[in-house]
Amino acid sequence: MNNCEYQQIDPQALSTPTPTPTLPPRPAVEEERTRRKWEVFPGKNRFYCDGRFIVAQQSGVLPLTLGLILVTTVLFFVFDCPFLVKHLTVFIPAIGGVLFVFVVTSLLQTSFTDPGILPRATPDEAAYIEKQIDDSGSSTYRPPPRTKEVMINQQVVKLKYCFTCKMFRPPRTSHCSLCDNCVERFDHHCPWVGNCVGKRNYRFFYSFIVSLSFLTAFIFGCVATHLALRAQGGRGLIFALQESPASAVELVICFFSVWSILGLSGFHTYLVASNLTTNEDIKGSWSGKSGAEDPGNPYSYNNIITNCCSVLCGPMPPSLIDRRGFVPVEESLQTVSTEMELPMLAAKKEINVVGGPMPSQLPPLLCLAGSLPSTCNPPQPD
Amino acid sequence: MAETHSLQDMRQQAAIAAKVFIQRDYTNGTVCQFQTKFPSELETRIDKQQFEETVRTLNNLYAEAEKLGGSSYLEGCLACLTAYTIFLCMETHYEKVLKKIAKFIQEQNDKIYAPRGLLLTDPIERGLRVVEVTIFEDRSLGR
Repeated sequence: MNNCEYQQIDPQALSTPTPTPTLPPRPAVEEERTRRKWEVFPGKNRFYCDGRFIVAQQSGVLPLTLGLILVTTVLFFVFDCPFLVKHLTVFIPAIGGVLFVFVVTSLLQTSFTDPGILPRATPDEAAYIEKQIDDSGSSTYRPPPRTKEVMINQQVVKLKYCFTCKMFRPPRTSHCSLCDNCVERFDHHCPWVGNCVGKRNYRFFYSFIVSLSFLTAFIFGCVATHLALRAQGGRGLIFALQESPASAVELVICFFSVWSILGLSGFHTYLVASNLTTNEDIKGSWSGKSGAEDPGNPYSYNNIITNCCSVLCGPMPPSLIDRRGFVPVEESLQTVSTEMELPMLAAKKEINVVGGPMPSQLPPLLCLAGSLPSTCNPPQPD
Repeated sequence: MAETHSLQDMRQQAAIAAKVFIQRDYTNGTVCQFQTKFPSELETRIDKQQFEETVRTLNNLYAEAEKLGGSSYLEGCLACLTAYTIFLCMETHYEKVLKKIAKFIQEQNDKIYAPRGLLLTDPIERGLRVVEVTIFEDRSLGR
């Protein structure tokens, strides 16, 4: 299926970084169509609509989430609303409709937006950083996990080196192993939404869980009212349930989800107000440890309103991975020749290659600038 | 366009001697700021003041992009009320400033850095992590 337009190059010949191995195919490259950056993206993500939408490799339970929401709301509109409109007010379906629109839009935006993925370091950058690390320490063996300490708002923060992305992670950035990307202001990887939650889509995620808790509570309340009205006049709940069985389904779904979703909304409201991420809260990064004085969160503005505004209403940062940009032809050739050296030096299974059914690293790298399946990337073999 | 053509010609004709990466400065938190420390590799090529001025202006531009103020809150609230659908049709404030930054870098390259055999790469192309300064070999410029 993978028709490589490059010749298979002997790995031994790669020890010298000469451009000569790439010279013969050069005329072929210029005739090839230019590729978009999403097609050569190294992380485990899938792209739709020519790079406009990005999701994690496994969609997780996103179809289930969407399905549950749709089913419950449709049942609500079909079976409960007519009765309630007749007996109460026409605003009930209107409010339900608005909430439903908010929930679905925020869910889709959380799932399909780039959470704040940091592009991996270019080979030159990685080499420069390596040189700086080696200059300060011994280079005879690979040292233990590299960290760099910086002062942020008069507090010492340790920055870790990411071996996959070959750079020191900025503060609050974490590497998601499911998506194989470093994500800025990493909160968590949400399987319900099928994507990481990070700097760029946290506000969508928050608005999703808040509007969902309103929707669930609203439907629960309306269905309970519906059944109560039907059961009036001594007819009993069983009679009401027999008349409207769909309401029982909705009641069960809403009852079990409302507690967890309300709890999650409450938890995230606390995180927003203190400008924390789930990751930091779970690790206890800023809570007072071992009896030392409470260091406090260096990113917090120490004002609940400012914290909320900065997290939810702050400026929307741009996507750093430039999915729809075109891969520059000379750079793709250069990276092909330099990236071939890196697996040999590092000898680690870190460089995740797009496409390529073969588990070994070199042949897929050679095919990198060749033709790749143009549809979604197949799931990685491991 | 004639200016960019000459820069690209230079890139193709001149050999790259080295690349210097100006790292981010995190002392004020996660806002995008770059270190103004003058790298030693550039000592022979450009004036320290000139370079620091460039980086400082860049830092100011990024601060403007990420500023929390009335207009950004308004944009945020409006976006929230429209279920964030306005991001599909409107350019955000950040994107507008990024365009300004791109123009600034282009200008700096044309006026100051290209004549000295240097090239600044827009940080957005490196994920806002570094300012890459490419140092070209001297001989091709007849210095």
